[in-house]
Amino acid sequence: MNNGGIKKMVDSIGLPRLIITGFFIILLIAAAPLGLSIPALLGDCIRRWGMYGILVLAMVPAVQCGIGLNFGISLGIVSGLLGALVTIEMKIANPWAAMFLAMAIGTVLASLIGIGYGFLLNRLKGSEMTVSTYVGFSIIAFMNIMWLSLPFKSGEIIWPLGGQGMRNTINLASSFGEVLNNTAGFYIGSDLFIPTGLIIFFLLMCLVVYLFMRSKIGMAMSSAGANPAFARSTGINVDKMRILGTAVSTALAAIGIITYAQSYGFLQLYNAPLMMGFHCVAAVLIGGATVSRAKISHVLIGTFLFQGILAVALPVVNKILPESNLSDIIRIIISNGIILYALSKTKGGRGSE
Amino acid sequence: MSTEYALKMTGIAKEYYGNRVLKGVDLFVKPGEIHALMGENGAGKSTLMNILFGMPVIHSTGGFEGTVEINGEPANINTPQAAMHYGIGMVHQEFMLIPGFTVRENIKVGREITKPNLVSRIFGKKLETLDVDAMADDAQKALDMIGLDIEEYTQVAGMPIGYMQFVEIAREIDKTGIQLLVFDEPTAVLTESEAERLLGIMKLLASKGIAIIFITHRLDEVMAVADSLTVLRDGEFVVRKDIKDTNVVEIAELMIGRKVEKLVEDTEDNRTLNDNDIALEIRDFHVDMPGERVKGLNLDVRKGEILGIGGLAGQGKIGIPNGIMGLYKATGTVKAFGKELNLGRLGEALNNKIAFVSEDRRGVGLLLNNSIEENISFSAMQVKGKFLKGPLKLYDAAEAKKHALDMIKLFDIRCTGPQQDAGALSGGNQQKVCLARAVTLDPDILIVSEPTRGIDIGAKKLVLEHLVKLNREEGKTIIVVSSELVELRSLCDRIAIIFDGKLGAIMAPDDSDANYGLAMGGSKIGGGEDE
Repeated sequence: MNNGGIKKMVDSIGLPRLIITGFFIILLIAAAPLGLSIPALLGDCIRRWGMYGILVLAMVPAVQCGIGLNFGISLGIVSGLLGALVTIEMKIANPWAAMFLAMAIGTVLASLIGIGYGFLLNRLKGSEMTVSTYVGFSIIAFMNIMWLSLPFKSGEIIWPLGGQGMRNTINLASSFGEVLNNTAGFYIGSDLFIPTGLIIFFLLMCLVVYLFMRSKIGMAMSSAGANPAFARSTGINVDKMRILGTAVSTALAAIGIITYAQSYGFLQLYNAPLMMGFHCVAAVLIGGATVSRAKISHVLIGTFLFQGILAVALPVVNKILPESNLSDIIRIIISNGIILYALSKTKGGRGSE
Repeated sequence: MSTEYALKMTGIAKEYYGNRVLKGVDLFVKPGEIHALMGENGAGKSTLMNILFGMPVIHSTGGFEGTVEINGEPANINTPQAAMHYGIGMVHQEFMLIPGFTVRENIKVGREITKPNLVSRIFGKKLETLDVDAMADDAQKALDMIGLDIEEYTQVAGMPIGYMQFVEIAREIDKTGIQLLVFDEPTAVLTESEAERLLGIMKLLASKGIAIIFITHRLDEVMAVADSLTVLRDGEFVVRKDIKDTNVVEIAELMIGRKVEKLVEDTEDNRTLNDNDIALEIRDFHVDMPGERVKGLNLDVRKGEILGIGGLAGQGKIGIPNGIMGLYKATGTVKAFGKELNLGRLGEALNNKIAFVSEDRRGVGLLLNNSIEENISFSAMQVKGKFLKGPLKLYDAAEAKKHALDMIKLFDIRCTGPQQDAGALSGGNQQKVCLARAVTLDPDILIVSEPTRGIDIGAKKLVLEHLVKLNREEGKTIIVVSSELVELRSLCDRIAIIFDGKLGAIMAPDDSDANYGLAMGGSKIGGGEDE
């Protein structure tokens, strides 16, 4: 009887989440005797939660419209980066204006690219995830050329020597760096910082997506992903809905990367966003999403667990294995291991019950 | 009878999970005889053939009762290989050919002729070289035997459908010692001249002493080539007769049988149907739905009637609603209350107050992982903007839930509540959810396809009664597409029988069984009122 109750609970939470939560707690417990500050680690978890949250949120419309996990959010990420670069070039002093302008430019760009990307995916039904992985890689490589050759002039952006090509990392201190994080941010104790503005903005975006998914068109989009034949029989243009979902997903990625960059304080160009798609996919999968269904709650839980583990595991491993670069290898093993684990736990294929 | 039979199946009975699909069937076939095996869809023909071929589906579900004798010897056929060993072959309805292979390779696949070489002497027979010449000879011989004028090295991909059928036959007769050949509805996909040729080949094969079991729905073909026939009905053996002792009308009657079963109680009927008051006018209607093509249908549906659309599987009856709803490519004219529908536009029919309950409940009819409530309210929300609230037009879950609860009560949907996933319901309850969704749309014309497929008798009665109620009390025009003639006859005012993608005949529910049988088999002798 009691056994059945436990089984039911495990089923409803999901075994992967239980294991990962357990791992997270073990890491936290291990951190204390190693002399690490638990509040600081927790603060880091919360910051990264808000930082990555919107990028992970971009998975929801993609999965719901039927294209599966969008490994191609790099398209949106580079759009967001371009938007941010334009605002830096324009030297907008007000950080809020700079951030929202960057988001506006990024969203428009990303939506347009997303529409084209949606057309591409409609021609390649059945292998969207493979295609999106390589589209994601390709756009990064393509933009590597662009970062070197786009005619930006601002001294903040280009290399100080030579005067051509953009830097790897661009400081946002004079632009919109940490504008959200510091809004109404406060410390609990001396180490635990709560980036209130960031968290509120993240939750606000979640609310917007939630409302969108509850609208007539959002529900039509979900039905197109859940059962295309059903959607067609209700007079819904499935291809159009898939394009819509792809565009929304890409646009969210643009907003996501700007939120990420302001929290980090730097824009990272070149290969920095290469694996971001994978991290977002892993996060939403850990949260309980499948390749055919994702909810806002999956985003909230998954981002916290995935980023939390990375945030806590790194310092812990550094303490255990000092003076070596093993810690970086361990980081890669942990993050990719989680991705693999999460992917292995998804119930593959659309329409599987 | 004194003649020795090539095949003698006696007292065959088979149960699938407590459902008796064969109830003591006999099948006797003489050598060199073309024996027609007839019956409606679901009469048990396929199961009987599966037993003959020792298909795994039979033996994994507990085997069967009865005996099988081949040439007077008891035969124990429990695998398809054993069936092949006994010289039983089959020409499938769906071609079992490999498109990228040549005709020769297809004929010889799995039974290649090989000759030893150096490697095979060391590593065994599996690595022997193919004897291409011998195989080509054999293949050509088989092709010549059926008079197929085609080179053995042609690739199968891209050949006309009729030719593929012949290659399949060639493969079967190439098997040495073939004694019994089963043709499963071989003419369904052929053109008329190809079909004639096929019948010729069957006669030729029979004259060489091969026994042939011919499964078909086409009565004309049976009369043309068969020597004798066995009729099954609902898993029961009806009769074995020689063709010369019977006629088309009698066969038709035997197939349909007297099935008096009142599914729907009579209700007060004060409708006035009028031939000039047309709800749906269909002219020269073509639908490109694989397996259910409609090829030039003309049909009028009167306002306020219940029209049945019947016919055998594959004749196109399912294609009609799917074409009207825009789910498959359709051409021709369809007018709803005088207004012509743009068949190319998705959702056009829905916007003109035509609702459709699909025959494919799980595939098309439902969002399996969504709640009953969402399933019921979804179409009305998308098409008519119901269940939306506020300035942002968001989904109104409270309103949808209220409506879902009403529907659950009205249709007696057995569930744990409106939040239960539709996929977790039984077939009958899923069908009720589909109907509830269609009713929520408040259509003028309701098209229901296979409303009772795979649901239990209680749910069946409820669904059918509700259709009648909608018709009588709310004046909805209802079109029921169904394979179950009994159901149509107990429900409908008129029944259109579809044959070969066209209107075969329009029958009254109380027309004779023989007439129904004839109409469904495509014969026009003494049929109903033809178009």
